[in-house]
Amino acid sequence: MTVAIAGATVPRLARGVRLREDAARGGRWVVMAPERMFVPDEIALEVLRLVDGARSVDAIVDALAARFTAPRAEIAADVTEMLADLAAKGVIAT
Amino acid sequence: MSATAAGEIEPPLGLLAELTHRCPLRCPYCSNPLTLTRPGEEMDTAAWARVFREAAALGVLQVHLSGGEPTARRDLPELVRAASEAGLYTNLITAGVLLDAAKVAALAAAGLDHVQLSVQDAEPTSADHIGGMAGGHAKKLEAARLIREAGLPLTLNAVVHRRNLDRLPELIALALELGAGRLEVAHVQYYGWAFANRSALLPTRAQLDAATATVEAARAAHKGRLVIDYVIPDYHAKRPKACMGGWGRRVLAITPAGRALPCHAAESLPGLDFPSVRDTPLAEIWYQSEAFNRFRGTAWMPEPCRSCDRRDSDFGGCRCQAFALTGDAAATDPACELSPHHALLDLAVQEAAGGGFAYREMGRSALPSR
Repeated sequence: MTVAIAGATVPRLARGVRLREDAARGGRWVVMAPERMFVPDEIALEVLRLVDGARSVDAIVDALAARFTAPRAEIAADVTEMLADLAAKGVIAT
Repeated sequence: MSATAAGEIEPPLGLLAELTHRCPLRCPYCSNPLTLTRPGEEMDTAAWARVFREAAALGVLQVHLSGGEPTARRDLPELVRAASEAGLYTNLITAGVLLDAAKVAALAAAGLDHVQLSVQDAEPTSADHIGGMAGGHAKKLEAARLIREAGLPLTLNAVVHRRNLDRLPELIALALELGAGRLEVAHVQYYGWAFANRSALLPTRAQLDAATATVEAARAAHKGRLVIDYVIPDYHAKRPKACMGGWGRRVLAITPAGRALPCHAAESLPGLDFPSVRDTPLAEIWYQSEAFNRFRGTAWMPEPCRSCDRRDSDFGGCRCQAFALTGDAAATDPACELSPHHALLDLAVQEAAGGGFAYREMGRSALPSR
């Protein structure tokens, strides 16, 4: 299943998916989903924390470009690929 | 890991909350104990809400609201809200037959994250016969529709055995038709009620092989649309499952009356005193109680587990199955081919002959013994 992610797309966490801090295990962040959970890597976490159902993909890329030194186009490509992957796994909806 | 050093014990991830043992169904493989908790002994709303807060503070991330039939409790939306406000991911495990649109809406509004709905078969007459409730299957189909209309993610749980395993393709089709994102094909586990009905429920090897092939084909055909969870059942396996992810390691269960257990069937084991959450803090139960420490780690293990290189991955298998089959709760799970009792499983499969059910009923304790 491939999911089209455009700059104007507004992603949100899918119903039944929650991102939360896991204080009892050293303050890592975990994604809770139906019958499974996983620990996102650092980059996925940066993206997921900006997925709030209001920001567009462009706005997410802008926010990351303001914080990291990589070229905006490179960040945009990485974010788009990651969101498409998370959408295919049912973690985010568009 | 040493057996009891509190500093080395990890906090639990999941809590199985058996809110009630009341249930309109009478499935002959029910995972509840043979001696069911009476309604008058159930913990009240406030006690459960406190337990959810204690669990979240302890490190639990997810609560499974189960039973019996959890929707038999009128305060279920309050319990969902309490769990959700405590920060827990809430999963409702239901038979669905008591749900209507208003109840589903109330649960969704209370913060419910996910629903796991059971079905007994894909064919209505057989499903109602297995569940022991006329008209039950039709109500489940309606419940599934209501759950999906409310936008809640749905997992279909199909408990499979000798009497329905041949209809696995139809069960997979049903999961797709109902809009489930996941299908759990759960083989009956043989302790408690299911142990009493073992001869009627154990599938043949041919049935199992066909089912395994069906699952593999369906996984490929429906990739991206339906996830299928499936595990080869113990009676046809060579190695045991890491039951509950290890005793007192990942999960704890709490009975309707408030007993804390390392596994929902653990009350079948003799000689263990399970503490009550009514009078003991959950953290103390988890880290310090004798019952939770009894089979923790590897120090309690006999041979062949003790020197086995899989001891830290399967934890010796299931204590309840070991006790049910050998009379010794500390024995190697006979599901392991290294167990001296492994032949008992083959023998049970060969002797299984179908036949009638002893249905799960409150107050019914005169079951066939092993």
